[in-house]
Amino acid sequence: MSGHTLLDRIWDSHVVSERPGHPSVLYVDLHLVHEVTSPQAFAELHRRDLEVRRPTNTLATIDHAIPTVAGGLRNASAAARNQISTLEHNCARHGIELHGLESPEQGIVHVIGPELGRTQPGMTVVCGDSHTSTHGAFGCLAFGIGTSEVAQVLATQCLLRHRPQAMRVTIDGKLDEGVTAKDLALALIAKIGADGGRGFVIEYAGEAVRDLDMEGRMTLCNLSIEAGARGGLIAPDATTSAWLDGRLACPSGPEFDTAKERWESLRSDPAAEFSKEVRLDASRVEPWVTWGTQPAMGGPVDAPVPDPGELPASNRVAAEQAQRYMDVVPGRALVGVPVDTVFVGSCTNGRLGDLRAAARVLRRRQVAHRVRMVVVPGSRAVKRAAEAEGLDVVFREAGAEWREPGCSMCIAMNGDRIEAGAVCVSTSNRNFEGRQGRLGRTILASPLTAAASAVAGAVADPRPFLGEHA
Amino acid sequence: MKGWTRIKSRCVPLDRHDVDTDQIIPARFLLTTDREGLASALFADWRDEAGLVLHDPRYAGARVLVAGRNFGCGSSREHAVWALQSFGFRAIVAPSFADIFRANAHACGLLPVTMDETAHATLVRAVTDHPKTEVDIDLERGEIWYADVEPISFDVDPFARDLLTSGRDALQYLLNETGAISEWEARHG
Ligand code: SF4
Repeated sequence: MSGHTLLDRIWDSHVVSERPGHPSVLYVDLHLVHEVTSPQAFAELHRRDLEVRRPTNTLATIDHAIPTVAGGLRNASAAARNQISTLEHNCARHGIELHGLESPEQGIVHVIGPELGRTQPGMTVVCGDSHTSTHGAFGCLAFGIGTSEVAQVLATQCLLRHRPQAMRVTIDGKLDEGVTAKDLALALIAKIGADGGRGFVIEYAGEAVRDLDMEGRMTLCNLSIEAGARGGLIAPDATTSAWLDGRLACPSGPEFDTAKERWESLRSDPAAEFSKEVRLDASRVEPWVTWGTQPAMGGPVDAPVPDPGELPASNRVAAEQAQRYMDVVPGRALVGVPVDTVFVGSCTNGRLGDLRAAARVLRRRQVAHRVRMVVVPGSRAVKRAAEAEGLDVVFREAGAEWREPGCSMCIAMNGDRIEAGAVCVSTSNRNFEGRQGRLGRTILASPLTAAASAVAGAVADPRPFLGEHA
Repeated sequence: MKGWTRIKSRCVPLDRHDVDTDQIIPARFLLTTDREGLASALFADWRDEAGLVLHDPRYAGARVLVAGRNFGCGSSREHAVWALQSFGFRAIVAPSFADIFRANAHACGLLPVTMDETAHATLVRAVTDHPKTEVDIDLERGEIWYADVEPISFDVDPFARDLLTSGRDALQYLLNETGAISEWEARHG
């Protein structure tokens, strides 16, 4: 009886060569590229007179530096324009498919890979971006790499890696109404810590994971990196295949049935052993917000912010520093803390379901007077789908800004950012100091919580906003 | 890249845990297509802080940074490594590193030295109390020497050490595997 994990299966089928004492040479099926972490990699190729080995295994987009206000590049800085045109030139020169300014499929790299059907179960997926873990939702071994490795993959379609260890997180029970995959992920990170996943790929299992739709699974895998994990992984099932059915790059007709059978057979053996096991009860997770400057520093929206003195000694100083930066008071809950900005978007929560959730709260309501709310769809396809069902109208009527797709305020390098000292409830993935703008304060939350906070003008529990109202 | 086997230098103690790459180099400095010239971007948002240890003249010229655990967490930006190197650092000593940061450091010839919490705390105290303390990092033996403390051994992945000491790089190593890669591709279509 074999005891292979899903990670072993994908790993073993991609090892090109192995030598004792050396990392394995691992083949990469899909290499995603964007404008910020690739220019120096292409430059390295050109310096050494190398070609891109497999342009067809490579997919590029423009997302980080792109303006999200209408009018396109006119609103971009000279540096951003240079970075964007550099990628355009590099893709043209090497024959790489680019979804840039002119493409109807442009969007955040981790949104469009799955959308186009390029992300498929069993693949290895890499990108010069840490949230590549997102693609693990489809049963892919997916992880972020640095620019030197981007050059290696461009030139050889391979990477050098030691086999990561497998951790299993089993999430039993059912999520309550108003509690989402985002809350679940943040609760898990708080439980295992900012480096609790270091060295591991986390396989998510259990009833609550099976119950998640693909968007929720992507949110969960996306945030694996915030626990320090190399990647997240969910075994493909009927939900996965149904989501992929009909996608542009996926097989169709009888070939789809063959693929479906193969995809859904990808799983860990019942006897597989994991180096670390964690369990979580979904029914006990509540809408979650962060009070600190690490995604792991958070708690239920109405729970008091912890007193650093009562935390384990090793976390005390960091918690004190974070609370000073965030200007939060230990012993008091975040609910009711005034909010200046609300951001809905990013590769964590910028998909159609996320926009629907925010719109559900905003319908026939108004964003509070003092709050600026910005909604940024994750891709042009998401934007079209949202507009087809009138979500843009809901956002605009509520007083929110409806933008063009991109990373936007998740990383604040395209001009979209918050002011120094401002408090932002954000559906993105990092609340690090200054992440959304110098001296800005970020509170991570789900789209429901973000929208509820926009209406209340202060951090709010979304659950009272979900019932019928006039 | 030039290989090296020993560094002798003062060390700057940055006694903070979970220093993320957004602190090491904020995103607004990533709109570059170059890898040079990032020294002034290093810890840019901390530079105004009074008493920031990087400004302390007693540590001027230090090529080793002693950081807290989980150093380099967050984004995969290799710019963090480039900025540390531009500033002059050749090695970072910490109780632990984030995975992607460690890989990036190896790729660029910056040495991440993992040291257990106790030895690390002792080193932080030593270089805080006596900024002139010099450490001697011997990469081949995997040892750090300073003051009259017993040499502290550290683990380096042998493959990474080989690349660091020889100055060869991973891309060249992979290019030498082209035959095996072509075979793999032929088998998998
Ligand atoms: S949305 Fe944020 S986390 Fe996602 S790829 Fe863009 S910058 Fe990175």
